[in-house]
Amino acid sequence: MLGKLTWSAIPFDQPIPLAAAGIVGIVIIGVGLWVLLKGYLPYLWREWITSVDHKRIGVMYCVLALVMLLRGFIDALMMRSQQAFAFHAAGYLPPEHYDQIFSAHGTIMIFFVAMPFVIGLMNFAVPLQLGVRDVAFPTLNSVSFWLTAAGALLVNLSLVVGEFARTGWLPYPPLSELTYSPGVGVDYYLVALQISGAGSLMAGINMVTTILKMRAPGMSYTRMPIFCWTSLASNLLIVAAFPILTAVLAMLMLDRYLGFHFFTNAAGGNPMMFMNLIWAWGHPEVYILILPAFGVFSEVIATFSGKPLFGYRSMIAATMAICLLSFMVWLHHFFTMGAGGDVNAIFGIASMIIAVPTGVKIFNWLFTMYGGRIRYSSAMLWSVGFMVTFVIGGVTGVLLAVPPADFVLHNSLFLVAHFHNVIIGGVLFGAFAGYTYWFPKAFGFSLDERLGKAAFWAWLVGFYVAFGPLYVLGLLGMTRRMQHYDQPAWHPWVLVAGVGALIILIAIVLQVMQLVVSIRTRENRRDSTGDPWDARTLEWATPSPPPAFNFAVLPNVTHEEPYWGMKQRAREAMRLLSTEPHYVAIEVPRNSPTGVITAFFAVVTGFSVIWHIWWIVVLGLLGAYATFVVFAWRDVAETQIPAAEVERIDRANRAARSAALQKGAA
Amino acid sequence: MNSTTLRAGHDPSHLGHHNEEAHAHAGAIGHGEGGPAPKRIVIGYGFWIFLLSDVILFASFFAAYAVLSTATADGPAARDLFDLRSVAAETGCLLASSFACGMGSLAVAQRSQKWTQIALLVTGLLGFAFLLLEVREFASFVARGAGPTRSAFLSSFFTLVGCHGLHVTAGLLWLGTMMAQFLAKGFRQNIRYRFLCFSLFWHALDIIWVAIFSLVYLVGVST
Repeated sequence: MLGKLTWSAIPFDQPIPLAAAGIVGIVIIGVGLWVLLKGYLPYLWREWITSVDHKRIGVMYCVLALVMLLRGFIDALMMRSQQAFAFHAAGYLPPEHYDQIFSAHGTIMIFFVAMPFVIGLMNFAVPLQLGVRDVAFPTLNSVSFWLTAAGALLVNLSLVVGEFARTGWLPYPPLSELTYSPGVGVDYYLVALQISGAGSLMAGINMVTTILKMRAPGMSYTRMPIFCWTSLASNLLIVAAFPILTAVLAMLMLDRYLGFHFFTNAAGGNPMMFMNLIWAWGHPEVYILILPAFGVFSEVIATFSGKPLFGYRSMIAATMAICLLSFMVWLHHFFTMGAGGDVNAIFGIASMIIAVPTGVKIFNWLFTMYGGRIRYSSAMLWSVGFMVTFVIGGVTGVLLAVPPADFVLHNSLFLVAHFHNVIIGGVLFGAFAGYTYWFPKAFGFSLDERLGKAAFWAWLVGFYVAFGPLYVLGLLGMTRRMQHYDQPAWHPWVLVAGVGALIILIAIVLQVMQLVVSIRTRENRRDSTGDPWDARTLEWATPSPPPAFNFAVLPNVTHEEPYWGMKQRAREAMRLLSTEPHYVAIEVPRNSPTGVITAFFAVVTGFSVIWHIWWIVVLGLLGAYATFVVFAWRDVAETQIPAAEVERIDRANRAARSAALQKGAA
Repeated sequence: MNSTTLRAGHDPSHLGHHNEEAHAHAGAIGHGEGGPAPKRIVIGYGFWIFLLSDVILFASFFAAYAVLSTATADGPAARDLFDLRSVAAETGCLLASSFACGMGSLAVAQRSQKWTQIALLVTGLLGFAFLLLEVREFASFVARGAGPTRSAFLSSFFTLVGCHGLHVTAGLLWLGTMMAQFLAKGFRQNIRYRFLCFSLFWHALDIIWVAIFSLVYLVGVST
């Protein structure tokens, strides 16, 4: 009746996951009760859960990423503390639990922190920057988000019901095959990633279509903000790479569920094929994450240097070069697995070539700052911190791209230090810069700068203290994923890395405080002008927060940085130069619960697949099909915002901007 | 910054209304000059992007088949199993089904409910016949001890061809829903857009089948 699911799936004998699950459960029930008792549920359902507004969906993506960041960071703290204790000792985490923690840490940080964070920022900002009212497919956008959330839920469910994979963030066969991993851990991994991967693919298709087909009048390709360009490159990579992930995970599932022989040791299976296929997705994936971050830095650095971005067209060329090259280097993830000297040489050189367009970008940012009137707000600090940190990570990456060096350093903590160097210093700093930069646009009030700067410095220092020692440890020969060790030379460095993790903990506490303090003092930090940073792109032409329709009338773009141009001319004339338009009613897409219902069936179906409860699988699939039919049957897809409402909102925006101009002139 | 000529009624702040210039550009829709493309273009374009991603999914399975096609583990090989007559019949069904789907597009363009339903029914029946032939082929392989668990070659064969079969199955489900929608809702714009996507999907499955036919079956019996 319930497949493999029995009471023994709940880890009653393991106090750590049980206590963690208990605390999470109490928090979830507490928040749920609070929402119910305060009567917020109808509001949440109407304005957020069923919303198809790209700005709301973008915010929900970012919230998911921030919550999952806490979960992934707790895993990191457990790993660092285990290694601090486990010198000549067993530590407090038994191997089977420790293995789950490092697997969950990697899986969560990549798929449920980095991915939703960058997709959320793109969702929020790209349509606004393009000067349009929404993405190409608003309801599909909601489905994408909720499928990602469904995947995150399944991964976290594995904490309480059953176990998670012990195979690392990429489940290499034959270890991940049924013979060596008979439990449900790998199944949780596979099912959760198939569901969230489908969501990412749909998000990618949506965003590519939006950028290529939905732009304001006059917004030609070479007038798009750089963030839109990097988003385009990133989403092209999603469309081209995620199907490979779906295929390779499907093959592993067939091996595990139906006894196929893709990657087994027996009957002609070929485990090396898994390495090739997974990294043919996996290497583009790192560029899917870093390219939008590059875009954020470009916007932030131009804004806070008070100058247009240096080398706009070379930035586009560099972005697209990275987009293309990212598909030609996957083999450098397994130089040591016997491809031979010639093949390794080709992939090593290709990997080094990627450093060239990346270097172009770094110099463009430096020259943008050069001669500019730089304001060191916290968003700018993240950007400068990124430039320093990312270059170090890039240099160690080029070092690892030299096959002979890789033979020495592969699988060591040197590698771990390298990719944290680029992912924290690049993707995460970029996500935080974007979060700080667009927060006032999303909510109408800015984040506390003092706490934001403190959090930045704690992150920066914590990062170097935590990961600098890992480079040394790698050179001392310490391999990754060690549950315990007895090499005395390593111990002091491991302790220093643990201190670094504690400094990052302080940074995260400061970020939580920043959010709480900013919300409590929001009345004093309102953004009345819609343009708190004196920025250059079209999203700042809308009020903060922007109305559901974004623009009362689509802007007409005549050159790069259209908003900066109109602002400068208005400043010279000391008044708004545009005459008030003739307001008309605007059609916006209607809310739809399709996304959240689809995700519900995805969770039910996925959970039943993991536990082999086949009759619920059938019911879940039928439910998903019924959801689509009901959605397809609806007659009214759009709702109208009356002209009077558009007029009221746009007049308020114009009045605020006139007032700001008068104030600036006085 | 580029200088922009300021004229009366022009909108230098770009907060304002569509001016004559924007309307003049309306012909250049889809290239960023005239603003967002019309819905039909956006939907068709988005679906093309989806189809490209689906092609990459198949490309991965093709790659796996290419790697594993000789890994027969002393079991049956392609030339021992494949029966080109059955495959030819499958191909005929699928191509004829695509033709019927094209007729369906014409009927939809003519707003003829009767011919739309007939053409789509023929499309579906031929697709179903294709599926039956494929299931029969799979069943005969399994009966001869050549199921997907026999060898890596057979695993990759069943996955590649089965994935195409699953797409056809999903297409039939979609087709049935579309027929019901045409009956219940008539030739409403959004339903015609959906049918445009369906026909793109159905023809794309043909293209995939041509690749399977050539690279799996023809190459299989000749080596």
